[in-house]
Amino acid sequence: MSNPSVATPITETLKTARTSALLKRWAPPLILPLLGIIGFLLCWQLVANNIQTSLGQFPGPAQVSEQFSGLVGAHLKEREKARVFYERQDTRNAALLAKNPAAEVKVRPYTGKPTFVQQIFTSLYTVMAGFAIASLIAIPLGIVCGLSKTIYTAINPLIQVFKPVSPLAWLPLVTMLVSALYVSDDPLFAKSFLTSAITVALCCLWPTVINTTVGVASIEQDLNNVSKVLSLSPLSHVRRIVLPAAVPMIFTGLRMSLGTGWMVLIAAEMLAQNPGLGKFIWDEFQNGSSNSLGRIMVAVIVIGLIGFALDRLMLLLQRQFSWDKNAVLR
Amino acid sequence: MRNSTTRRSLLKKTLTGLGCAAVMLLSPLSLQIALAAEAEKDELKFGFIKLTDMAPLAIAYEKGFFEDEGLYVTLEAQANWKVLLDRVIDGELDGAHMLSGQPIGATIGFGTKAEVVTAFTMDLNGNAITVSNSVWEEMKKHVPMADGKPVHPIKADALKPVIDKINAGGKSFNLGMVFPVSTHNYELRYWLAAGGIHPGYYAPHKGDISGQIDAKALLSVTPPPQMPATMEAGTIHGYSVGEPWNQAAVFKGIGVPVVADYAIRKNMSEKVFGVSKSWAEANPETHKRVVKALIRAGQWLDADNNANRKEAVEILSRPEYVGADAQVIANSMTGTFEFEKGDKRETPDFNVFFRYHATYPYYSDAVWYLTQMRRWGQIADAKPDSWYLETAKQVYLPAIYREAAAELVAEGKFAASDFPPAGDDGFRAPLTDTIDGVPYDGRKPNAYLEQFEIGLKGDTKI
Repeated sequence: MSNPSVATPITETLKTARTSALLKRWAPPLILPLLGIIGFLLCWQLVANNIQTSLGQFPGPAQVSEQFSGLVGAHLKEREKARVFYERQDTRNAALLAKNPAAEVKVRPYTGKPTFVQQIFTSLYTVMAGFAIASLIAIPLGIVCGLSKTIYTAINPLIQVFKPVSPLAWLPLVTMLVSALYVSDDPLFAKSFLTSAITVALCCLWPTVINTTVGVASIEQDLNNVSKVLSLSPLSHVRRIVLPAAVPMIFTGLRMSLGTGWMVLIAAEMLAQNPGLGKFIWDEFQNGSSNSLGRIMVAVIVIGLIGFALDRLMLLLQRQFSWDKNAVLR
Repeated sequence: MRNSTTRRSLLKKTLTGLGCAAVMLLSPLSLQIALAAEAEKDELKFGFIKLTDMAPLAIAYEKGFFEDEGLYVTLEAQANWKVLLDRVIDGELDGAHMLSGQPIGATIGFGTKAEVVTAFTMDLNGNAITVSNSVWEEMKKHVPMADGKPVHPIKADALKPVIDKINAGGKSFNLGMVFPVSTHNYELRYWLAAGGIHPGYYAPHKGDISGQIDAKALLSVTPPPQMPATMEAGTIHGYSVGEPWNQAAVFKGIGVPVVADYAIRKNMSEKVFGVSKSWAEANPETHKRVVKALIRAGQWLDADNNANRKEAVEILSRPEYVGADAQVIANSMTGTFEFEKGDKRETPDFNVFFRYHATYPYYSDAVWYLTQMRRWGQIADAKPDSWYLETAKQVYLPAIYREAAAELVAEGKFAASDFPPAGDDGFRAPLTDTIDGVPYDGRKPNAYLEQFEIGLKGDTKI
């Protein structure tokens, strides 16, 4: 391309072609959502500036980011206090040992309150525990219901009646059961953890049950015929034919369950006093300080982001387990 | 022969074994007697509600008083009074910041029945009654003024015409309080009754525990954080609650505190440190140490004429304790209290943590709450004076307090004069400083009830 009168237009065309290709590639996943978010933030700030009640001003994005850095700072300060606490304990224990080498010394966990970051982790493993309990019950139940129409017709009314029950309605009953049955001098799990996990499980097992039932019931007849031809045992039939065929529907159910479970967890924690994000929101509400609304908003956004992340995680797992790699999963 | 030798050696072995076992069993016992007793349980979890009078717990933790006693305490805020009481009863919490009426109510079976006891009073006074701006505008017309300011204490007589006006408009007059056996409930009722306003009866034997039978002012339970919002919405016209919710109403410009509870009846226990009876019996040494740490915290709070209160306010304003703005908390804890906006009055005894033997669990305080429970029908039947005293003795345990106090004196941290004298029978001197002038003598509860115009007395039953 030594002739500039030819070369320049060609380079120009290439450049425009490249830019438009880039835009086409990146606009949908990145630029458009970004524009959407920025637009939302602007609207939010406008609305917040105009809502002034006697109980405080509605927190805008600026206030929320301020509170977020405040919470991270508080977490770091608390870590420092914990370090000092352990130092004090070590000195005390050393003194005890110096006096009496045979004395029993214990290293006790830090007694301070859990920080926002720790509360996030508590919420995460509580929801995982509840989700695991729910899946362990729901998937076998769904498979059985899917395989046998009789059992399904028998159980279906129960499923439909229990499905709409709110977690807050289950909570007093679950609390009573856990208090009565889980009695131990040195408990492994806190009662509040169990109550929250069980409430989450009770509320989030229904999507999985229903989706698994549908998935199992709608296996192609060809596959069932294969199993009959090979005279597979019931267990083999389930393992080799039913489960792989029903995986897409099961995972759809699991994704919905995890989403529901995460929502239910926040409500359950508020009352069961499990030290997670739900308790954080309730405590901030009780504080009623000028920072409280901002912090609650931070918690709302974090809850949303974590819910989004969990959903993407399940999607990844679904892609892993799905045998139909051509299927479009979103 | 082998048989006899084996039998003899077996006998020898058994005897030696028994002897060793006996020595092993006895030696730790003697060692224990030689050393001071160790706390049975040193990792403890205490609950509290976000009100400024949980201060002794926060101070005992932050100042290391608990750690000095070898206790590792975690403080956890609770969702509401019911959850707190339930968790203490079922053992999730070792102890908690409780309303004075909660251990008593639980013991007599009003609400959840359980054996709950206390050996430490956390504070005296500390509550106030707040009304909405519109109610205050009307009330002010009937309140005697001096130098342009209302004469305090404001009596409920000024409220009566306001209620009549609201009732004439076809609406009911509603007030909020925090719990059926809360001190706030009894103070509100006392204040209303002193002004001739009937606050309603309970009839638990008939299944009616709304507390609104025959009521001119309808009282209902509202959680403290929701009180300002509920009052602004007009659902309630006022409320009786602890701090910081009265000063918060002033700061937000939505209400006016009209009377503080030290004016209703002076220096009576407000919150106590409650534990379940089974816990107290299983952990006597731990309980005593907790009381020791709390006594030190109470004394720190009142030391040098409230000199430490500023630091206490900073600690309480942290989100893990009370969390309200420091300014709002300071308004009631540093010796003043703001009534109408701009009308700040000197009130060094708004809340008292150690003065006037505040921390000693007086039977007379328990008996007062029992008399009020009887007055409003929570105790349905008439009871003889002896029943009041026996019930008070079941719930309040001054003996444990005495042991703790004695140890503190022996350690040189306190003087014996800081505590009630040894021969004290657990009853305060008869109280005459009340808003309606009715004197209270804890030794004669039934005679005390006879003096009131409004309220059950004698054998009356709903």
